[in-house]
Amino acid sequence: MKKLKLSKYSKENIITYGLVIAVWAVMQILINGGKVSSLMQGLLVPLCVYVILAVSLNLTVGILGELSLGHAGFMCVGAFIGAFFSRYMQNTIGQGFLRFILAILIGALCAGAIGFLIGMPVLRLRGDYLAIVTLAFGEIIQNIINVLYIGRDSNGLHFSMKDSLSLGLAEDGDVIINGAQGITGTPKDSNFTIGIILIIITLIVVLNLIHSRDGRAIMSIRDNLIAAESVGINITKYKLMAFSISAALAGMAGVLYSHNLNNLMATPKNFGYNMSIMILVFVVLGGIGNIKGSIISAIILTLLPELLRGLSNYRMLIYSIVLIIMMLFNWSPKLIELRKRYSLKRLLKKEVR
Amino acid sequence: MKKRVVSLFLAAAMMASLVGCGGKANEPASDNAGSGAAADAGTENTTGEEEASSGTEADSQPAENTNSAEGGAFKIGAIGPSTGDAAVYGIAVQNGAELAVKEINEAGGINGYQIEYNFQDDECDNEKSVNAYNTLKDWGMQMLVGTTTSGCCIAVAAESANDNLFQLTPSGSSVDILKNNDNVFQVCFTDPNQGVGAAEYIGTNGVAQKVAVIYDSSDVYSSGIYEKFAQEAANQSFEIVSAEAFTASNKTDFSVQLQKAKDAGAELVFLPIYYSEASLILTQANSMGYAPKFFGCDGLDGILNVENFDASLAEGVMLLTPFAADAEDEATKSFVSAYEAAYGGTPNQFAADAYDAVYVLKAAIEKSGATPAESVSDICDKLKGAMAEISVDGLTGEAMSWDADGAVNKAPKAMEIVNGTYSLIQ
Repeated sequence: MKKLKLSKYSKENIITYGLVIAVWAVMQILINGGKVSSLMQGLLVPLCVYVILAVSLNLTVGILGELSLGHAGFMCVGAFIGAFFSRYMQNTIGQGFLRFILAILIGALCAGAIGFLIGMPVLRLRGDYLAIVTLAFGEIIQNIINVLYIGRDSNGLHFSMKDSLSLGLAEDGDVIINGAQGITGTPKDSNFTIGIILIIITLIVVLNLIHSRDGRAIMSIRDNLIAAESVGINITKYKLMAFSISAALAGMAGVLYSHNLNNLMATPKNFGYNMSIMILVFVVLGGIGNIKGSIISAIILTLLPELLRGLSNYRMLIYSIVLIIMMLFNWSPKLIELRKRYSLKRLLKKEVR
Repeated sequence: MKKRVVSLFLAAAMMASLVGCGGKANEPASDNAGSGAAADAGTENTTGEEEASSGTEADSQPAENTNSAEGGAFKIGAIGPSTGDAAVYGIAVQNGAELAVKEINEAGGINGYQIEYNFQDDECDNEKSVNAYNTLKDWGMQMLVGTTTSGCCIAVAAESANDNLFQLTPSGSSVDILKNNDNVFQVCFTDPNQGVGAAEYIGTNGVAQKVAVIYDSSDVYSSGIYEKFAQEAANQSFEIVSAEAFTASNKTDFSVQLQKAKDAGAELVFLPIYYSEASLILTQANSMGYAPKFFGCDGLDGILNVENFDASLAEGVMLLTPFAADAEDEATKSFVSAYEAAYGGTPNQFAADAYDAVYVLKAAIEKSGATPAESVSDICDKLKGAMAEISVDGLTGEAMSWDADGAVNKAPKAMEIVNGTYSLIQ
């Protein structure tokens, strides 16, 4: 370590990337060895989605210090735009990988743009007010998607907000977004490797932003808005920057999500406030502002209900209890004290002594 | 340095948990294989070998191999929402299928093979449904009775088509389920089938000239039926004078929709929705003094049992449904009494569909001569062939037969509620 003169941050970042790559390598070996159950294999892509969402929300909540309850809304935008693009281009771009990369880019850009638009008026609010407005935004997006009908025939695209009949499609028409029935037949382009690559991209973006000049400006807004303003930091600019980057990353996760399932519907379950709060729980449990913590808690909390399937209907109860216990264990002051007293670190030190 | 130790520790913990999951999830599969081998030791000498080879070979689906090789019982999985908003339907399917499995097992199984049954919850969420499907695959499922709801079914059908696993959905009614998936079959009517059926019935029998529709635009089932109904209505003698939608988030007050129907002079209100909302519509129409004829689809089955609903308001409601719990035939009676004894409460259409689905599977297996020892894909291929040949008399239809694309052919029964019971209209 003495030869390599790395800053404290770079070292930490490398550890985080290393961790992700190590998980990927181990899972690949296990999959090739046939040691991974179908359930685990099926969960790998959703895990990547939730990790990206948690990390990106941490940027808003932990680094910018604003409470956002509409993160699933941005995910929804990305998911639908990405899936729409893929369905639209299905016959034009035959090459699945290229189409998927384009879908990811477009989904992320659109979600980022919407984040920017929403952010402009909304980021003037603070604290609870911002939380409520973002909550409303998430609901609005979901409801808009539910009344949106888009179809295509030889004459081009048709839009409607009423029902798929009023699209007036010709014989060869194909309804792409069918209101509440969503998008059906999205090609399954997502896989674990792409998921991991997207996680790493997310981490590079977020970690580098945090440790950059801009990131320090953003954190100064979080810590003391008035002080930040007084030293000439452009509050609106930095707030918007963090918020729209966070939205764009969520959109990227949405594209990954939509290309993992054959049909995509905007239900309160997957894009409603339940999901937004779920992502917030990942962030809070992992530690606000702690990126590595977000990754780990997203993985644990996504796996938990699936691993508890054996308990059938009791599993949601057990899940909630485990969540409470984990929150207490991680963040109760007394327990933190206790943990410090009996920590591994301390034991190691004693041995050294 | 501190941070490094911490992260190393966390990395180790993460690995441990991941490896733990893999190991744990595989356990039941090997357990099952073990017990299966013990049960029919002697008859199946190849079991051990098969297991050993699948263990050493780097096969991507080890669970599938070990289980299909053991050959003791058919493993039937089922998926539906047993928690959350749609739990009523999932639980009905769970119980209906379980009842059929019990009966078949008591009667000696299918061709002498017993059935093992496993139901998984999907919370009515597409992603969870795929997880449930994968869980069942790890368990060694050979055939799937599911899933209960249309949206989830589309997502799962794409997966099962990929694995070539035989899927028979009791109540997933969307046409997208069958599109491109030749391994998927339906017990219930498809949505277009119901919409067209209803329009034809109203048109040919001259039930009404001016028709209003109130439907749930946020529900796949409801909007699916409505669209086809509206399409078919163009070819029929009646006219749709108002079509009003509501969504899942505002389904308590229907006075606006009813007022519009009334103003348009509709003689008949078509309700392609579920019974809980329909009961509210009937109550509100009554209180505003509007008394058209109401016409519904299979979702209306159960309206007489809604709590705090004056069942006399439902008098004269017409519905196209494959099943009515108080029908007088022998099969329905024995099913209803067995269901009530086992689970309490009157079974609805979903339970009957699931019950039928298991018997359809039985008929198809008997026809094709498939055995549990065969691989999932082989069973599926055999059953696919058999489905085209069989004809099953079930609770939800007589002489049900299937097209190659998976849609069921059965006659919808038009019922009318007379004196508080469903009675068949001739």
